[in-house]
Amino acid sequence: MQQKQTRPLVELLGVTQRYGRGERQFTAIQDVNLVISEGEFVALLGPSGCGKSTLLRIITGLNRPTEGLVRYRGKTLNGVNPYATIVFQTFALFPWLTVEENVAVALRARGFSRDEARKRAVELIDLVGLDGFEQAYPRELSGGMRQKVGIARALAVDPELLCLDEPFSALDVLSAETLRGEVLELWTGGSLKIRAVLMVSHNIEEAVFMADRIVVMDKNPGRIIAEVPVNLPHPRDRKSDAFAAIVSRVYAVLAGQTQPEAIEYGTEPGQNGQTRLLPPASVTALAGLLEQANATEYERDPIVQLQDELGLDLDQLLPLIEAAELLGFARIENGNLILTPLGEAFAEASIHARKEIFASRLRRLPFFRWMLRMIAAADNQSLRWEVLLTALEPEFPPEVAERQLDIALEWGRYAELFAYDDAEGRFFLETPVATA
Amino acid sequence: MFKPRTFTPDVPVRPLLTRADLWLLLTIIGLLALVVGIAERAPATVQGPEISLSLSALPFYAIRSVGRMAIAYALSFLFTMVYGYIAAYNARAERILIPLLDVLQSVPILSFLPVVLLGLSAILPEAWAVELTAIVLIFTSQVWNMTFAWYHSLTTIPRELREASSIFRFSRWQRFTTLEFPFGALALVWNSMMSWAGGWFFLMAAEIFTLGERDFRLPGLGAFLQTAADAGDLNSIVWGLLTLIVVIVLLDQLIWRPLLVWAGQFRIELVERDDENRSWLYDLLSGSKLAAWFGHVIGRLNDTLLVWFGRRPAADPYLSGTEKSSPIEWLAFVLSVVLIGWGVFSGGQLLLRVPLEQWAMIALSVGATMLRVVMAMILALLWTVPVGVLIGTRPAVAAVLQPVVQIAASIPTTALFPVLVLVFLTVPGGLNIAAVLLMLLGTQWYILFNVIAGASAIPQDLRFTTELLQLRGWERWQTLILPALFPSLVTGLITASGGAWNASIVAEYVVFNQQTYQTIGIGAQIAAATEAGDFAGLFAATLVMVIVVVAINRLFWRRLYRLAETRYRME
Repeated sequence: MQQKQTRPLVELLGVTQRYGRGERQFTAIQDVNLVISEGEFVALLGPSGCGKSTLLRIITGLNRPTEGLVRYRGKTLNGVNPYATIVFQTFALFPWLTVEENVAVALRARGFSRDEARKRAVELIDLVGLDGFEQAYPRELSGGMRQKVGIARALAVDPELLCLDEPFSALDVLSAETLRGEVLELWTGGSLKIRAVLMVSHNIEEAVFMADRIVVMDKNPGRIIAEVPVNLPHPRDRKSDAFAAIVSRVYAVLAGQTQPEAIEYGTEPGQNGQTRLLPPASVTALAGLLEQANATEYERDPIVQLQDELGLDLDQLLPLIEAAELLGFARIENGNLILTPLGEAFAEASIHARKEIFASRLRRLPFFRWMLRMIAAADNQSLRWEVLLTALEPEFPPEVAERQLDIALEWGRYAELFAYDDAEGRFFLETPVATA
Repeated sequence: MFKPRTFTPDVPVRPLLTRADLWLLLTIIGLLALVVGIAERAPATVQGPEISLSLSALPFYAIRSVGRMAIAYALSFLFTMVYGYIAAYNARAERILIPLLDVLQSVPILSFLPVVLLGLSAILPEAWAVELTAIVLIFTSQVWNMTFAWYHSLTTIPRELREASSIFRFSRWQRFTTLEFPFGALALVWNSMMSWAGGWFFLMAAEIFTLGERDFRLPGLGAFLQTAADAGDLNSIVWGLLTLIVVIVLLDQLIWRPLLVWAGQFRIELVERDDENRSWLYDLLSGSKLAAWFGHVIGRLNDTLLVWFGRRPAADPYLSGTEKSSPIEWLAFVLSVVLIGWGVFSGGQLLLRVPLEQWAMIALSVGATMLRVVMAMILALLWTVPVGVLIGTRPAVAAVLQPVVQIAASIPTTALFPVLVLVFLTVPGGLNIAAVLLMLLGTQWYILFNVIAGASAIPQDLRFTTELLQLRGWERWQTLILPALFPSLVTGLITASGGAWNASIVAEYVVFNQQTYQTIGIGAQIAAATEAGDFAGLFAATLVMVIVVVAINRLFWRRLYRLAETRYRME
C-alpha cells in the first residue's frame, strides 16, 4: 500500500441524479456525499439498481448530476475527467481492433504519434502479461485476457484515478481471482501514477479482499447507508477470523435494512405514501432458498454459507431474501437468516399446499389487494395489461412499473390468484368474485 | 576439429511482388484495355437520343448505365452519412428528420420524375438535365434504407463502447473511424447492396422516359432494351439482357462480395463464427503487396486527418444528456418553416384547381391499384412460400436453386417490361395482366428472400420435435412453419407492397410504338397527368397515393409487424 495521505482527490457534495420529468420522475441517486483521498482503494458495494455504476459515471464526468458538485483536486468537474479512466464490466474493447490497436487507440487520442503509441502499447501489454497476443483480436481471447487488455488500455493514459466497474463479474471464478491479485499487485507495487482506485462491486468478499474502505449503498433511492473500513494488511487471508468478521458485518448492513411493519408493506398504488416495490424474485428460486435454508445445518455465517451452497451471487440472493421477508417466510436478525414457522411449513409443504400458503400471504400485500380489486371491478372481471400499467405509472418510472407488473404476474399466477391470457394481454380472475 | 553446429533460420524471402499482385496487375491492365477498346468502337449514334441496336454499342451503354448508378450511389452515401449523423446526435433535429424520412420513403419516386426533369431542363441544357434527373431518381430509390440503417446503427452503439471513447477522449474523427463507422459498416454494406439492386429498376425507368412528343431517353442499357422491344428485335433483347446479367454478376463479384467479407470483420459479437461469406477477390487482395501498400497509405492519410480534425475530445450527447441550440439550428428551423409554409400554400392552390370529377376518378383509381397490389401479393405468396421453405430447409435444393434465384432476382423488372407488353398487348385486358405481372416480378424477390431466411432460421430442435410428434402436411405448416415464417413474411410483404405501389406508375400506362395503352389505376392517373402536363392532377394523384401508402403502413403493416415482434419471435 502506498503511504496514506489524507489529501482529498475526489469530493462529492450533495450529488443527486434524477431521470424523467414531472410525475414520472425517478430518483436514481439521492444526496450522496463522499470523499476519496489519495492513496485509497474504495469499493462501492450494493444491490443492483442502487445507482453505484451511475455514481461511478458521475465521478468520472461521463454523466452530469442533476444536483450537486463533483470536485477533483478541489476544482469543480465540468465534463469528462481527463485524469480518470475506467475498466468496464463488459470490457468495452473494439472488436475490430487487435489487442495492440485497442491499447494504442487510447494513446493516439492523447496525441502520441503512431510509432510512439505502438511502442508504449507493447510495453503495457507486456506489463499485464499478454505479450505474444499483440496481434490477436478480442474475440480470440478468453474473458480474463480480454479484461487484461481493458486494464492495459486504462493504464495507457497514465491515470490518477482508476475506476473499476464490476471488472471481474463477467469472468469465470478462476480468472477473476487471478486478475484480482494482479490488479492488487499493480496498485500496491506503487510504480504507477495511480493515486486512488474506485471499484464498483456487488461481491462482498471481493470488496473486503481488495479495498481499504467499503462504501455500502442501498436502493430506492440510491444512497450511501454505511462506510466500513477494512484495516487488514495485504495480502489478505479470506479464511482469517478478522476477514470473516468484516464480511459478516457488511452482510448485516446489506441484508438488515428491515423497517417496521407499517412501512414495510407500504401503501396501495394510487394512495398517499410509498408503495413497496416487489423484489425481483422468481417463485422457484424463492422455494429453493427456503428449502435450502430449512435443510441446512449452519457451520459458519448463514448467509455466506447459503450463498455458497446455492451458487448465487449477492445480486441474486438479496431479492430472494427480501421476498422471503416480505412474505413472512423469514426474518433477518443480526445478519442471520431465520425461517419463520410459516417459512418452514412452506418448505415442507406439497405443491398444492404451497400455492395456498403463497396465496394467503400475497393477499396481505397492498399491491395485490389493489390489483385484485381493480380486476374484480372491471367488466367481465378482466383487465388489460396496459390498464394496470397506466395505473401504476404515477407511482413508478415506466420501466419499473413494467417490471413490477411482471413480478406480480408471476407471483399471482403461481398462487392462482388470477390468470393471464398472453395473446390478449388480459388479466382475469380464476374464480369469479362478487364485486364489493 | 569441432565446429559448433548452429542453426540460422533462413531470412524469410519477401518477394517485392507476390503472385496475387501479378494477378491484380493483369486484371487492371485488362480492364483498362477493355475500356479503351469500348470507347474506340463506340458508334457515333450513341451520343444522341437515337439508340443504336448494334451489339458493339452494348458495352458502352452498360458503362453509361453503371456510371449513372455509381454517381447516384455516391450521392446517397454522402447524404446518408450527414443526415443519419445529424438525426442521431441532435435530439431536436431527430424529432423532425426521422418522421420525415418515414414519409419520404413512401413517396412514389416515379411520379416526381417529370417534375424534376422539367424543373431541371428549365435551368440546364437538356442533355445535362436528363442525366441529372436519372441520377436524382436513382438517388431517391437508393438513399432511404441506407440512411435508416446508418441512423439505426449510430443509435444502437453499445453504451460501454461510447463511454470508452469518451473516457479515452477520442476526437470526433477518431470516434468516427474507430467506433461509429466500423459499427455501422456491415449494415451499410448490406443496405448498399439492396439499394444498388433497387436502383437498377429506376435506372431502366429513367432511361426510357418520354414525355408526350418529347423524347428524354438516355443512352444506356434500359433504352437499348426498350428500343429492341419496340423494333421486335428478339436477338437484341437477348443480348441486352445477357449484358445486363453479366454487369450485375461482375459488380457483385468485384465490389459487393469483397466489401461484404471486409465488413464482416466489424461484427460486434465476440465469438467466432464459421458461416462466413467468402470472396475470391478479397482473398486475392489480402495476399497482395499492392493492396497492403494501399492500406498503408490510407493509414497515413488517417494520421493526417487525425491531426487536421484536431484533438478536441468530442462531447457525446448520448452520455451527458445535454442539449444546446446553436444559431445554425435556429437558421435551419426557420428555413424549414418558411419552406414548408410556402409548400403548403402553393400545394393548396394547386389542389384547388383540381375539379371534383377528377377527385372521384382518383379515388376509383386508388381502389383499382390497391386490388392489383393485393393480387400481386397473393400470387407472390402462393409460389414464394413453398419454394422459399424448400430452399430454406433443404441445403441440397438450396445449392442448386439459390444461384438461379439470385440471378433471376437481379434482373430489374423494368428491363423485362417492354417484352411483357409485347406479349400481352394482343390479349384482351392484356395491360391489366401485364401490370399485375410487373408488380409481381418486381417485388416477389423481397418476399422470397425473406421466406428463405425465415425458413433457414427455424431452430433444428423445433423441426425435430414436429417430426417426433409426427405432424405432417397441413398440421406441420400450421404449428411450425407458418408461425415461424410470420415475422419474415411481414418484413418481406411490407417492402414488396411498397414497391408494387411504386411500380404501378410504369405498369398501368404504357407508350408503345407511338401508341398509348392505359388502364384504370392511380399509377395511370399519375402517368397520364404527367403526359398531359396537368400539374394539378399530378400533384393531387401523387398526394393521394402517398397518403394511402403511409396510411396502409401505419394502420396495417405496423400492427402486423408489432404482432410479429411480440408473439412470433424466435428466441
